[in-house]
Amino acid sequence: MSASERVGGQVANYVDERTGAAKWLKKNLTKVFPDHWSFMLGEIALYSFIILLLSGVFLTFWFDPSQREVLYEGTYQPLSGLKMSAAYVSTLHISFDIRGGLLMRQIHHWAALLFMTAIVAHLLRVFFTGAYRKPREFNWIIGVGLLTLGIVEGFLGYSLPDDLLSGTGIRIAEAIIQAMPVIGSYLAFFAFGGAFPGDTFIPRIFTVHVLLLPGIFLALITVHLMLVWYQKHTQYPGPGRTEKNVVGYPLMPIYMAKAGGFFFIVFGVIALLSALASINPIWLYGPYTPGQISAGSQPDWYMGWLDGLVRMAPPIETHAFGHTISWNILVPGLIVPGILFTGMALYPFIESWFTGDKREHQLLDRPRNAPNRTALGAMSLTFIIITILNGGNDIIATHFSLTINQIMWFSRIGIFLLPPLAYVITKRLCLSLQRADRDLVEHGRETGRLMMTAEGEFIEVHEPISKEKAWMLTQHEQLTALEHVTEDEHGIRNPKTMGGKLRARLSRADAEQIQKPGGDSHKEIDSY
Amino acid sequence: MKRLSRYRRHRFAGPVLLVFALFMIGTTFSVASATTQKSASTLVRSAAIDEGRQIFLKGCSSCHGLNAEGGSIAPSLIGVGAAAVDFQVGTGRMPMADMSVQAMRKQPAYTPDEVAALAKYVASLSPGPAIPTQDVVNYERDGNTAQGGELFRTNCAMCHNFAGQGGALSQGKFAPSLMSSEPVQIYEAMILGPQSMPVFSDKVITPAEKLSIIKWIKATQSEPAHGGASLGRVGPVTEGLLIWTLGLGLLIGIAVWLATKAR
Repeated sequence: MSASERVGGQVANYVDERTGAAKWLKKNLTKVFPDHWSFMLGEIALYSFIILLLSGVFLTFWFDPSQREVLYEGTYQPLSGLKMSAAYVSTLHISFDIRGGLLMRQIHHWAALLFMTAIVAHLLRVFFTGAYRKPREFNWIIGVGLLTLGIVEGFLGYSLPDDLLSGTGIRIAEAIIQAMPVIGSYLAFFAFGGAFPGDTFIPRIFTVHVLLLPGIFLALITVHLMLVWYQKHTQYPGPGRTEKNVVGYPLMPIYMAKAGGFFFIVFGVIALLSALASINPIWLYGPYTPGQISAGSQPDWYMGWLDGLVRMAPPIETHAFGHTISWNILVPGLIVPGILFTGMALYPFIESWFTGDKREHQLLDRPRNAPNRTALGAMSLTFIIITILNGGNDIIATHFSLTINQIMWFSRIGIFLLPPLAYVITKRLCLSLQRADRDLVEHGRETGRLMMTAEGEFIEVHEPISKEKAWMLTQHEQLTALEHVTEDEHGIRNPKTMGGKLRARLSRADAEQIQKPGGDSHKEIDSY
Repeated sequence: MKRLSRYRRHRFAGPVLLVFALFMIGTTFSVASATTQKSASTLVRSAAIDEGRQIFLKGCSSCHGLNAEGGSIAPSLIGVGAAAVDFQVGTGRMPMADMSVQAMRKQPAYTPDEVAALAKYVASLSPGPAIPTQDVVNYERDGNTAQGGELFRTNCAMCHNFAGQGGALSQGKFAPSLMSSEPVQIYEAMILGPQSMPVFSDKVITPAEKLSIIKWIKATQSEPAHGGASLGRVGPVTEGLLIWTLGLGLLIGIAVWLATKAR
């Protein structure tokens, strides 16, 4: 035993005698994680969050969250001598006078965009593979919570510099608060400490942005990861992978090295983007004054769907009893997002209700083998993409020689027509892919070799596929639809007729599937 | 008459008559020569107007009418002034390439001299805004960049975007980018209000303020790209596009590579 090993052992022993960590570490350092690129999307979000914390702390050293009016006499000449808030001045100071300040600002903002992008990509992976099913419904809800908070946190973050664009965003947020019937105007006065813009909003959202929300984030992310740890990670189906095991690499050393390395790669990509591409050039936007607005004012992309919904709403207002209800803000700004996010959070429960599937699932679905879910996902995605496109309708109009009116009408009609169309097309595609799989299992792979029979007939030679592959293509369950019983054997009517019929209808849609290969070939594959 | 004839033979009669004759000749000559000068300058100007008229008849009259009186598809040009011609023809917007939503900026169809002649012709029809001289548009001397920026954000940014990149208007109309606009053209646009643009009279934005706006636009045209590639200066849309394509694309590529089994 070398000297270093002896010293290392003594230190480890010293720590272990006082903490009892050895037993815990021995168990957990060998914990196995399955390996797949799509399992690293959540990691990108996690690492972006760490980068956000670090770069955010740097920015707070110089940022002055105050709406106190000051005269700018700093380095950036095109704004010299103008009146603006201390928050804006300090952001200019960070951008132009603090060494590395602009890079840090850009790192913070690009990391925020990547954080949200990775969260959505991770969410799509979890949805389309059915990873949210029992026992992971709570973790799905935590994820939806993180997404929602991320949108709020991002919005508050880019509102802090008090530039023209961010002020415009806050103004719209105020309008959405005011659109709430009865309580709206009171709530807006409460949030802004009086009439818009006031001088208390920036300090308030600063506290929320740097203290409250990051705290909640840390807590939720910890629970999110602990649940992954406790419930173990899901895995894609494959030979030797069952509902009872996890096939992959141990945490120490392989996964630790991979994950640690990946952190630095994520940091590197963010730093690269921040060094090469400008983001949120607040000095060009100018300081915020309520009387000014820029053409093409947009929110960051993760708010774009909300902006797009508001932009496509027809101008409808109701005046009654001395009150105005702005349906054009209330519906797209509050009601539709409420339905979207509630539906998303509850989806695991809704699905298990109409499939009647209450079992635990550790193996993921191939999206094609769950055509109904995949089609529902494509439908929701189409909805959101239309809204995001409409949110950028002015930029699209100028850059692709279209008119805003065309895009708005396309969105207004498309928002009702295209998502159902996407559902139908995706479902057909999934069933076609299942048929192709079945064909592959039953008839083997096309070799491209042509053979002429004695009668002069040409046949393409097919080769049987490998057993692993055949297992992969047939491992999924054959879904069966739930039957709705309207009357029992004594002729007593089922009282749950309405819900029951809906449930049976949804279940039938869910169970639509191509028959798996049967007969002898199937048995042979099963015995593998 | 008798009185006059009595002095006819006076000894001073000859010299007086000579002085009188000389005076008359001189006066007549000076009056006559002045008239000649005046008619020559009128001739030069009418030659330019004539040239402008010829260009107008060939290139513009089919829409604007033989006497610039306008028609069903084009407005009357009587009273629009030289500045309007300088702006519309000088930036290539007129003659229009097609009768779609709005005239596009393009390579001018006429040389600067021809544009000047055309402007003189149109200005001769009825008085209108003149082309601002270089001395009036001395923005370097009389403008203030920061003040111009504030005025731009208050009056112009709502259509032309915060950095003068242009923006969409309704029904396919748009506010053009100002990144290649010349100072005189910007000044003309403000006093004329071409196409969808409102007129910014000298009471709304004073001439000095106009020069500040021009100075800010010129500064923005040469504004360095602080913080790297400017991504078109159109706000967060291109930033979102970049993170979904390059940002996430790159990281997914690396993730696929990391998850590949060693062979």
